[in-house]
Amino acid sequence: MPDQRPASATAAGLLIKIAVLAVVAALAVWAALPLIAAEAWWGLALEAAVVAVVYSVYLQRRAIQLKYLIPGTLLLIAFQILPVILTVGTSFTNYGDGHRVDKEQATEAIIAAGVQQTPGGATYLVAVGESASGELTLLLTDNEDGSAWAGTEAGLTELDDATVDDTGRVTAAPGYTVWDLAELGERQAELGELAVPTGPETGIKLQGLSAFEGRSTRSYDAGCDCITDSATGTVWYADDEDGSFRTEDGQAALVGWRVDIGADNYLDILTDPDIRGPFLGIFTWNVMFAAGSVLLTFAIGLGTAMALNKPTMRGTKLYRTFMILPYAMPSFAMLLVWAQMFNRDFGLVNELFNLDVNWYGDTWSARAMVLIANTWLGWPYMFLICLGALQALPSDSLEAAKIDGATGVTAFRKITLPLLLIALTPLLISSFAFNFNNFNAIELLSGGHPFGAGDAVGGTDLLITYAFRQAFGSSSADYGFASAISVFIFLIVATISAVMFRFTRNQEDVYS
Amino acid sequence: MTRTLEPAAPRAGRAAPARKGRPPFAKWMAEFGWRHLVAVAVLVFGLVPIVYVISAAFNPNGTLSSTSLLPTGFSLGNFEKLFTDDNVPFAAWFANSLMIAVPAAFISIFISSLAAYAFSRFRFRGRRPMLLFLLLIQMFPAFLAVVALYLIFGRIGEFYPVAGLNTKLGLMLVYMGGALGVSTWLMKGFFDTIPKELDEAATIDGASHAQIFFGMILPLAAPIIAISGILAFVGTMNDFILASLFLTDRPEMTLAVGLKTLTAENSPASYFGIFAAGTLLTSVLTVAVFMSLQRYIVSGLTGGAVKG
Repeated sequence: MPDQRPASATAAGLLIKIAVLAVVAALAVWAALPLIAAEAWWGLALEAAVVAVVYSVYLQRRAIQLKYLIPGTLLLIAFQILPVILTVGTSFTNYGDGHRVDKEQATEAIIAAGVQQTPGGATYLVAVGESASGELTLLLTDNEDGSAWAGTEAGLTELDDATVDDTGRVTAAPGYTVWDLAELGERQAELGELAVPTGPETGIKLQGLSAFEGRSTRSYDAGCDCITDSATGTVWYADDEDGSFRTEDGQAALVGWRVDIGADNYLDILTDPDIRGPFLGIFTWNVMFAAGSVLLTFAIGLGTAMALNKPTMRGTKLYRTFMILPYAMPSFAMLLVWAQMFNRDFGLVNELFNLDVNWYGDTWSARAMVLIANTWLGWPYMFLICLGALQALPSDSLEAAKIDGATGVTAFRKITLPLLLIALTPLLISSFAFNFNNFNAIELLSGGHPFGAGDAVGGTDLLITYAFRQAFGSSSADYGFASAISVFIFLIVATISAVMFRFTRNQEDVYS
Repeated sequence: MTRTLEPAAPRAGRAAPARKGRPPFAKWMAEFGWRHLVAVAVLVFGLVPIVYVISAAFNPNGTLSSTSLLPTGFSLGNFEKLFTDDNVPFAAWFANSLMIAVPAAFISIFISSLAAYAFSRFRFRGRRPMLLFLLLIQMFPAFLAVVALYLIFGRIGEFYPVAGLNTKLGLMLVYMGGALGVSTWLMKGFFDTIPKELDEAATIDGASHAQIFFGMILPLAAPIIAISGILAFVGTMNDFILASLFLTDRPEMTLAVGLKTLTAENSPASYFGIFAAGTLLTSVLTVAVFMSLQRYIVSGLTGGAVKG
């Protein structure tokens, strides 16, 4: 146990400590100002608590380990643990397109959709885009005073530093992506239903590339928890179970709200035949991909390391330098290069081997393709760790084997390989876990292709690319379902890793 | 780490030139020849794509169809376009990537080394559960928590616009959090191999725990710090998803996101050469980092798991 003396045993140490704590105090004041301005008292209390913890840890002398753990712990809580908890929370909701807002906002949006133009109401120039979180947004320029606004189904916010063109139309705004005409055309359908609520019974509605503010013919009645359209006579009743307004014949209004739906997302994975079938297929391929990647890279890496693990051999240094190269190249760019190399008409692979394979066209050729490219990316790492482990092997067991007459292959199989595996199992497991979620490899190489007609699942899709498309695919975002899949992936990887760790005799070494 | 080499080979076989020994070539083959064969075969597999990128980058035509494995012409046109084409703000992408990746790597490595020191040198309640928890939490596919990260950073941006969505600082914070688990584990493993007797000797000489950490452990752990730094840096440079969702304005993009926009599905075919040139310039940076730290890499990668 190290000593219990304070770190500030020297004058310099004391000065550094005071300086650091002063910076913390300054940061705390800076961070507190916006919270006070917004009267966010919970946030302020939280901040004060964090600062109090930091100060008490660094001013005490007993639990020294805390001084070293606090920075990492705070960072971990904020950007790892909190997102995980929120993801788990989201997986029990129907959050996604059509269910983004709360009930009040959904009610307002439906009322706003019934807006009719009133004479003299404000009119706007419109550009369409999406917010950073993918929310459909109208970027409005008031025809009267030229002010710029961002309108979503949740309401209107003023834009401070939007860029406008000559006519006054918004062309760019921080935090928003503005669509061009092509994208506008593609997503016309979503636009038709969008309305921006501006008050209890008023809203802004789109008309071509301009918009108007007007009064709605619809109104909400708290008594029956329903919305009535006085012009058409339609009545929507709130369904708190799945967070949407429905007419009597079951038709849901376009905007719903966020509700807890319990374990429905998980049950969907297990029971819905439309989801379960492809899910099993993806899962099987996912395991094959991860295991295949580890096996191939390990085989090549180990073979190369065995070949180069000979101190008296010439040129080993040169070989090693070149072998690190694929590992040192930026992997995202090399994945994109591999994607081009497998091009059917002009790609290098078909050219070199005189083939005419449509690599992206068939499930198994696409799978072979991603495995080849991923092996290329991964083997230098395996080579390096195998070489390191080989050189660290106890020489006495090898010598003993030699004296006992074990020849090359036997010695390798009975002595070297088992010893290596003990040492490298943790790294092999983490390589498996990494490849299990190797989003980049699939997304940048094949994008999940090939897709059958109308299929949501591609032949090379991993669970993670599939989930990602569910959450952020252009059609409709389903964050709740995507979150459920991520939790599922996490459970699978954690279970597999735990089981593998149990089987290694190395356990004590790893955990001690 | 101690490095035990394989027992020295019999002197006679040492780099046997072809003229000595009875069947010299067969002997050389058995001892060294196959090693060279394996190495060369693997190298060919390893270098083909790299040669291809180089050839594409210098290809005057710049299209995929006119690129072959070995260069057919030579031109710097693709590199020129990287810096002159208004549609390709390569210099800005490069600067963005560095501005995000370098501080993120440095800070996260520093913070992880603090935690690793605590786990390696102190015995306290909850130590093992915390270590296991760290191992567990890093298995959660962090970028699938993007939805949650959105919610969090949207919220942060309301109060502190400098760190909200669409800011470099916000993205940097996410990367810093993401690298913690792995580097803490790697470094803790390495710190464990530094004998505790050194700490005790320093303590007797009157050193405080901070002096031991900054003055002794950190310098001794240079290999693992180097390798964790590289891994964090390269991991950040290679990240595609978070960067593409966080930074959406074209001049604000990172290299990974920016270069992706130059490939076939998003750009005209003639951009392949520009893409290859950009890839080559990016790799000059990462390769230089790797090569300069090469001597640390082997011991660093295995340091956490293999105790020599």
